[in-house]
Amino acid sequence: MAKDNLGLETELTLALPGGGGDPSGSMEKKEKKRVFSEFSSDETTMAANKNEVVGWPPVCSYRRKNSFSVEEGTKMYVKVSMDGAPFLRKIDLSTREGYSCLLMDLEKLFGCYGIGEEDSSEYVPIYEDKDGDWMLVGDVPWQMFSRSCKRLRIMKRLDAKGIGLHAKDFHKGISIEA
Amino acid sequence: MRSFQSMLNYFPEEVLEHVFDFLTSHRDRNAVSLVCKSWYTVERFSREKVFIGNCYAISPERLISRFPRVRSLTLKGKPHFADFNLVPHDWGGYVQPWIESMAKGGVNLEELRLKRMLVSDESLELLANFFPNFKSLVLVSCEGFTTDGLAAIASNCRFLRELDLQEIEVEDRRGQWLSCFPDSCTSLVSLNFACLKGEVNLASLERLVARCRNLRSLRVNHAVPIDALQRILMQAPQLVDLGTGSFGQDPDSDSYNKLETAMQQCTSITSLSGFLEVVTARCLPAVYPICRHLTSLNLSYAAGIYSDELVKLIRHCNKLERLLVLDTIGDKGLGVVASTCKELQELRVFPSDIHGGNAAVTEEGLVAISAGCPKLNSILYFCQQMTNAALIMVAKNCPNFIRFRLATLNPTIPDAVTMQPLDEGFGAIVKSCKGLKRLSVSGLLTDQLFLYIGIYAEQLEMLSIAFAGDSDKGMFYVLNGCKKLKKLEIRDSPFGDVALLEDMGKYETMRSLWMSSCEVTLGACKTLAQKMPRLNVEIINDSDQMEASDDDKQRVEKMYLYRTLVGPRKDAPDFVWTL
Repeated sequence: MAKDNLGLETELTLALPGGGGDPSGSMEKKEKKRVFSEFSSDETTMAANKNEVVGWPPVCSYRRKNSFSVEEGTKMYVKVSMDGAPFLRKIDLSTREGYSCLLMDLEKLFGCYGIGEEDSSEYVPIYEDKDGDWMLVGDVPWQMFSRSCKRLRIMKRLDAKGIGLHAKDFHKGISIEA
Repeated sequence: MRSFQSMLNYFPEEVLEHVFDFLTSHRDRNAVSLVCKSWYTVERFSREKVFIGNCYAISPERLISRFPRVRSLTLKGKPHFADFNLVPHDWGGYVQPWIESMAKGGVNLEELRLKRMLVSDESLELLANFFPNFKSLVLVSCEGFTTDGLAAIASNCRFLRELDLQEIEVEDRRGQWLSCFPDSCTSLVSLNFACLKGEVNLASLERLVARCRNLRSLRVNHAVPIDALQRILMQAPQLVDLGTGSFGQDPDSDSYNKLETAMQQCTSITSLSGFLEVVTARCLPAVYPICRHLTSLNLSYAAGIYSDELVKLIRHCNKLERLLVLDTIGDKGLGVVASTCKELQELRVFPSDIHGGNAAVTEEGLVAISAGCPKLNSILYFCQQMTNAALIMVAKNCPNFIRFRLATLNPTIPDAVTMQPLDEGFGAIVKSCKGLKRLSVSGLLTDQLFLYIGIYAEQLEMLSIAFAGDSDKGMFYVLNGCKKLKKLEIRDSPFGDVALLEDMGKYETMRSLWMSSCEVTLGACKTLAQKMPRLNVEIINDSDQMEASDDDKQRVEKMYLYRTLVGPRKDAPDFVWTL
């Protein structure tokens, strides 16, 4: 099959439509300016609708989360696995108010207490963020966490030996050092 | 003239100070301090209220050294587009250094108003413990603290008059912060915790309200049910501003009657909000008795009230000056507003469905409002579509706009009838509204609109542009024409290096410039930073899109620049590069 001049139009690519095959990528960047059907990596999980742009319409994030009808709401269900448990659960991060609430609910879900508590617990909660990295729950402000968390795992502390985990940070509150 | 001048020089300072007392606006005080050295000195020792529009323009130490007697401080942190998730949470805007410096400097702080700042529990604790006369805390769109911080404020601020939290996600620590107000606290005048998600102790709240006889403004959160609200209202008939919380039950007739009676007692309420979870509209008629006194009504979080109930309610509100609603009101509902609310000055219509569903308003609603409400001077309107003809009509009907913000749900939509750009419509607005200070535009727009803005918008201070314009000329027209421009924020528009660098001195006359997803390159930003040492030019590189390579030709995704007297900030995170 010859790659003829029809090739580019019918070739499947990740580029925006009409962009052509400009290798330097600068064409692609120029198109970004007016095509509102792009979306950032944040929104890909929620963009059921093709026409979504980050931050448009310009409604502030508090209002976005709180003023739309209940049926519609942006639910953030993530899978939760626990080492040793035979099956996973799912939890909706958008209805949790913060870390303490989350940890309590995880404890209830798995019937196991003391997740995230200082040293006394045999478990440590970690999560996979949107970059695919596994992070300790509790380091970043709640909002940042709930937006970037893709799944949760309650890991046995023994498996984390050697890594300086300080679970007590969960309940300390996020104090920003300026 | 000369003898008059020398007379002024011989005025004792106390007289000057007394005269300056009458100057309340910070702009007036700033102007006065520029007249001469002695006026500067008198003014700075007598200034009690300071407004700082960009917390990085000046340092806390310099603030305190110039205004040692400051009692009230207003600070703003993140750029406006942070509201729309365009700025990472930890970009900056920490209040901690300000509070620390003021504590160390012996400032007698009484009032702190913060917008888009990062506030930690530690900051709140410091505030509560180091300023014995602290009276008023107003936080808008801030983040970083939990209910533990609120508990510290409640416990320790003996003379607290105002605690006002707006549009904040506060992490709930279930520590019963409201119960931390001691029995001796009777000074509250204003308490707004409508945005809190957690529970509060209802008995504590009722007792608090009962003992604060000066309480004028109370906005409760969703956790306060109707029967508790009714008991609270019976204790506080003097309220002027009420936020009802959820209002979300289906009460039996006994509860409903009690509620109605309580409402009838509150003859002073002129401002109403809440209705966060109205499930059934059966309780709404209970508020009808107070509707005729209302000057301000905020139903923009009332997703549960449908259009016909909304309209019924509004028909009772003929004194309204300020109305915030969702677009479920529809064009017809806006028609009712236009015929009922003749005193209306400010209207905000928010989208009920960000994906642009069925419930939306169009240009018809806007035209109706403009025709019926001659006093209208401020509008924020999210709409499905717009036309030039409508905007031209609005401009003719309402020449008094000070703030005009229009957001079409599709950001590049043309005139719905002619399919032309909306240049002429917005152009008519700026031509007609000579006092326009703030403008946000959307829809299909070319450089022509920006030419109009540059020529006609003489008083314009803040301009927001998204997905608009054709070339650098557009941005140039604005920067060149709008002499009073203070804040310019642009996203997804084809403005680049030529426009950015055309008049670099202009940026020192402005507070800030934001450009994201435009055509400016790293090289141009570096040039600007190098030539203008009194500007901080920051590149936000939060998605690791850029490498600190030598490629000056790479496009900059997010740039924020602002004038400053204190050089590059020291608290910038890794992904923020100050050039």
